[in-house]
Amino acid sequence: MSTDGVDKSKRRFLTNATVVVGAVGTAFVAVPFIKSWNPSERAKAAGAPVEVDISKLQPGQILRVLWRKQPVWIVRRTDQNIADLKALEGELEDPASIVKEQQPDYITGTARSIKEEYFVAVGICTHLGCAPTYRPEVGPADLGADWKGGFFCPCHGSKFDLSGRVYAGVPAPLNLKIPDHVYINDSTLLIGLNKVPV
Amino acid sequence: MILPILKDTLGWVDDRFPATKMWKEHLSEYYAPKNFNFWYFFGSLALLILVNQIVTGIWLTMSYKPNAAEAFASVEFIMRGVDWGWLIRYMHSTGASAFFIVIYLHMFRGLIYGSYQKPRELIWIFGMFIYLALMAEAFMGYLLPWGQMSYWGAQVIISLFGTVPFIGEELGTWIRGDFVISDATLNRFFAFHVIALPIVLLGLVVAHIIALHEVGSNNPDGVDIKKLKDDKGIPLDGIPFHPYYSVKDIVGVGVFLFFFALILFFFPELGGWFLEKDNFVPANPLVTPEHIVPLWYFTPFYAILRAVPPLFSSQFPGVLAMGMSIVMLFLLPWLDRSKVRSIRYRGMMYKIPLAIFVISFIALGWLGTQPATEVFTNFARVFSVLYFAFFILMPWYTSIDKTKPVPERVTTK
Repeated sequence: MSTDGVDKSKRRFLTNATVVVGAVGTAFVAVPFIKSWNPSERAKAAGAPVEVDISKLQPGQILRVLWRKQPVWIVRRTDQNIADLKALEGELEDPASIVKEQQPDYITGTARSIKEEYFVAVGICTHLGCAPTYRPEVGPADLGADWKGGFFCPCHGSKFDLSGRVYAGVPAPLNLKIPDHVYINDSTLLIGLNKVPV
Repeated sequence: MILPILKDTLGWVDDRFPATKMWKEHLSEYYAPKNFNFWYFFGSLALLILVNQIVTGIWLTMSYKPNAAEAFASVEFIMRGVDWGWLIRYMHSTGASAFFIVIYLHMFRGLIYGSYQKPRELIWIFGMFIYLALMAEAFMGYLLPWGQMSYWGAQVIISLFGTVPFIGEELGTWIRGDFVISDATLNRFFAFHVIALPIVLLGLVVAHIIALHEVGSNNPDGVDIKKLKDDKGIPLDGIPFHPYYSVKDIVGVGVFLFFFALILFFFPELGGWFLEKDNFVPANPLVTPEHIVPLWYFTPFYAILRAVPPLFSSQFPGVLAMGMSIVMLFLLPWLDRSKVRSIRYRGMMYKIPLAIFVISFIALGWLGTQPATEVFTNFARVFSVLYFAFFILMPWYTSIDKTKPVPERVTTK
C-alpha cells in the first residue's frame, strides 16, 4: 500500500471521530447496566407504611417492627427516663438534634418524639449499620454507674440515650434516625407517613 | 508404536498452535535461579488452591440456592443431604482461609527479598490486584451461606460505602439494590462470586505469571542471574523450572496437603477462626450478633478502621485510613530506595522496621477480632501508626540503611 499523498490529518480526524462516537455509545449502553442495580419496583413497594398496635406496650418495654425491612423500635419510656434525658446533655454529641437529616421537622426537643412517652427510631446504628441493643437498666457493670438507660451497639461500642442521641466520643457520628410516623389513635401508630392517609 | 503417532499429532498441533513453544517458554526452558528456598513454595500453592476453589465452587453451585429464603437451608442441605457435600463445602471454606495464609506468606517473601523492586514492579502490582480481587471474592462469598455473621458482616462493610461524603447513602442503596441487605444483594453477590470475580482473578493470574516470566524470577540473594550466562545464553545460576522446580513444588504440595487435610477432617471450623459460630444461625435483620468480627484475614484492616475516631460527624476518615493501608502496599516498589533487594544484604535500618511492621500487622489482626474496648482501641491506634510509618518513612530509612555488598552469583546455604 502506498502512503504517498496520504492526508494524515483527515485520517486522524476519522480515528478520533470513531473513538468519540464509540465512547458515547459505550456510555449510553452502560446506563442500563448501572441502573439495573437500583432497588427494584418490588423493593420500593416494600417501603409501604406499617401500622403498629402499641396498646399492650408497658413502660420500660420495647417493640421492634420491620419497616422497609429495617428494624424500627417503639420504646415506652418511664417518667424517670424522661426526667433523666435533660441531665445527660453534657455528654452528648448533638443534644439539640441540630443535624436535620436524622429526624422529621416535627420531632424536636430532648424527647425527640411526638408524645414524650413513646420514642420511635430506626434501630440501625449510625456508625456502620449494626443493630444496637436496648439497655434500659440504670448503672449496669459494663456501661458504668452513670448509665441512665439507652442503647448500646455491641459492634463498635457506640452509645445512645433513650432519645437515640449519640454520646460524644463514640464511633457513631450521628443521632439515631427517626422515621416519619403519626398516631392514628391513642393505641395505633403508623410508621412511614407523617399524616394519617384519608 | 504409539509414540510416533503422538509425535505426529503434536507436530500437527504445533503447526497450528504454539503448544511446544509455550511448554518450553514457561516450563522446560524457563530458567529460574537455583537457590530458591522455603519461601518459594507459596506461588505454586496459591495456584493449587485457586484450582481447589474453582472446582469445589462449581460443585457447590450445583446444590446451593442463591435466594434469601432458601440459601441457609441449602447450605445445611449440602452438609447433610448431598453425598460428600460436607467434604466439598469444607474444602471450599478451608481453602478460602488457606488461600489467604499462602498469599500472606507469598507477599512476605516479596517483602524480604525485594521481589517488587525494579524491574518487577508490574508483577507486584498485578499481585496486589489479585489480592484485592481475592478479598472481594472472600467478602462476597461469605454472604452466601446467609447466616448471622454473613448478614451483619456485609451490613457493616456496605455501610463503609455509606460513609462516603454526599453520595454515600445512595451508593449504599445502589450496591445493595435495596434499603437493607436483602435477596437482591445476595443474588448480585452470588453473580460476582461465581462468575465476575473468578474471571478477573484468572486474567490477573495469567498477567502475573506472564510478567514474571518476561523479567525472570528474583531469588533469596536478589542477584540478577541474567547478567552471567553461558555460551548457549542460559544463566549460569539458572535451572529449568521443569523438572527441577516442578518436582520441588510437588514436595511442597505434599506437606501443604497434610496440614490442609488435618484441618479439613478434624478442625474444619478451627475454633471459630475459619467458620464463625454465629454463622450457624440464619440471618436475622432484627438482631445483631453480640460481637461482629470479620474472618481473620480481614481483621488487620478492620482494626485500622476502628482505630480512627470520627471527624466532623463522619466515619469516612476511618474508611479512608483502611483504604490507604492497602494503597500503601501498592506503592511499595516506589517507596523502597534501597540499592539492594534481599534482606540478606540489608542493614538494621531495614530489618528493624520490617520486624515492627510484621508485629504490627499480626497485632492489628488480633485486635480486630477483639471487642473495641478503650484499651484495645488505643493499642490499635499505636499499631496503626506503626503500620503506616513502615511505608511513609521507607524512602528515608532505606536510603540511609547500611547495606552489605551483593555477590556476583547466587549463594547456596
